[in-house]
Amino acid sequence: MSTTKEKSWSPRIVAFLCNWCTYTGADLAGVSRLKSSPSVRVIRTMCSGRVDPTFVLKAFKLGADGVMIGGCHIGDCHYSEGNFKTLRRVEMLKILLDQYGIDPRRLRLEWISASEGDKYAHTTLDFEQQLRELGPLQLTE
Amino acid sequence: MKPKLALYWASSCGGCEIAVVDIETKILDVADFFDIVFWPCIMDFKYKDVEAMPDGDITLCFFNGAIRTSENEHLAKLLRAKSKVMVAFGSCAHEGCIPGLANFYDKNSIFEFVYKNSPSVDEQSKGIYPVTVTKMPEGEIEIPEFWNTVKTLDQVVDVDYYIPGCPPQSFQIVNAVTAVIDILKNNKPLPPKGTVLGAGDKTCCDECPRERKEKKIKRFYRPQEIIPDPNECLLDQGIMCMGPATRSGCDALCVKANIGCRGCYGAPPNVTDQGAKMVSALSSVIDAQTPEEARKIMETLVDPLGTFYRFSMASSILKRVQPKTHLDSSGKPDFS
Repeated sequence: MSTTKEKSWSPRIVAFLCNWCTYTGADLAGVSRLKSSPSVRVIRTMCSGRVDPTFVLKAFKLGADGVMIGGCHIGDCHYSEGNFKTLRRVEMLKILLDQYGIDPRRLRLEWISASEGDKYAHTTLDFEQQLRELGPLQLTE
Repeated sequence: MKPKLALYWASSCGGCEIAVVDIETKILDVADFFDIVFWPCIMDFKYKDVEAMPDGDITLCFFNGAIRTSENEHLAKLLRAKSKVMVAFGSCAHEGCIPGLANFYDKNSIFEFVYKNSPSVDEQSKGIYPVTVTKMPEGEIEIPEFWNTVKTLDQVVDVDYYIPGCPPQSFQIVNAVTAVIDILKNNKPLPPKGTVLGAGDKTCCDECPRERKEKKIKRFYRPQEIIPDPNECLLDQGIMCMGPATRSGCDALCVKANIGCRGCYGAPPNVTDQGAKMVSALSSVIDAQTPEEARKIMETLVDPLGTFYRFSMASSILKRVQPKTHLDSSGKPDFS
């Protein structure tokens, strides 16, 4: 990649946020006028457990440099145990991504409650910074 | 005039050919109804015979094998042009199968091992790599080019139907062939394009006779580490079984033999990525409350990626393992 392109490059983050906690948390961050990462493209799901591993792989395939999944804290899931499934799934996906030759740090799981607008803001900024260090994800076919 | 039938093997093991012959006396009906115009494994035909045919001359083509070399791709394109109906026959043509596992590596690393580092290469031929064109006193000799990535048939040409399986079960081949003969004989309409023939529309679990109890597992066992209970779900016993992420149609052949399903019938309907589906299925089976526990359980499964995508790497969403990121001297990724 040329230097000019490298300078203008900013990471693309796809964030799957659960309706009950993290999405509301992101909303709170906005209402509170906190600075969060502009690289994030939010997709609202009813539960973090709704996020099929296929969505994550497809996001990477279609050009995401990082994928974030946000859910309720363990024990707080609106559907009682959806986020336990997410936790196992993400751990397995990280193992697969590592084998795929994709840095597993490009997939991030965060528990952010509806009241944690500040956590949403600094987590996304931190993730963006980390992806800047990792650079663009360039997949070969 | 009889309808014309062609069968071809690209990058495959020959098992599909045997599966076709395995339909026993039904093969006589096939030979009776069709005029077999191309089947290099069984009868003597030359590529130039196919090249001489007018476009669309072949009624039905069963194409097995993945696309590994330029020769495979050439024949796929040639047969597509000459055939009215193109069927991806068997797991290799359908979704890459075992040849597709080469997508864990690339051309260079495969050549490096096969022609240099493999223990079976003798000293004097170490490091002699195949070249596409060789000049000899008599003229130039050409061999097919080896692609970097294995592709499925439908990534190279337009495919009308799929028959999954490694190999497709003989009774399913009989079903598919009987249906085709019936359609052609009685001028019936063809099934919609993209239909998967000779298979079910549920998962392997649907055909499995074993009993599923909502059990959670603490570790995986390799086949030699455990004697499985013959009536209980294999996943419940900690034996890796691809059943929940595999299309039905084989009549649960492996699980009935006390072996976990390997996934050869491919992804079930409406599933794009078999491995991702398996991750989803396992997340309800493994007994972990923390990421550390989940990782510990997953560590007892050898090569998860190769296991989940044993038959579908070439048709998965990401299609191949990425070459290692190049790092510059300071350890930062190099984007050049």
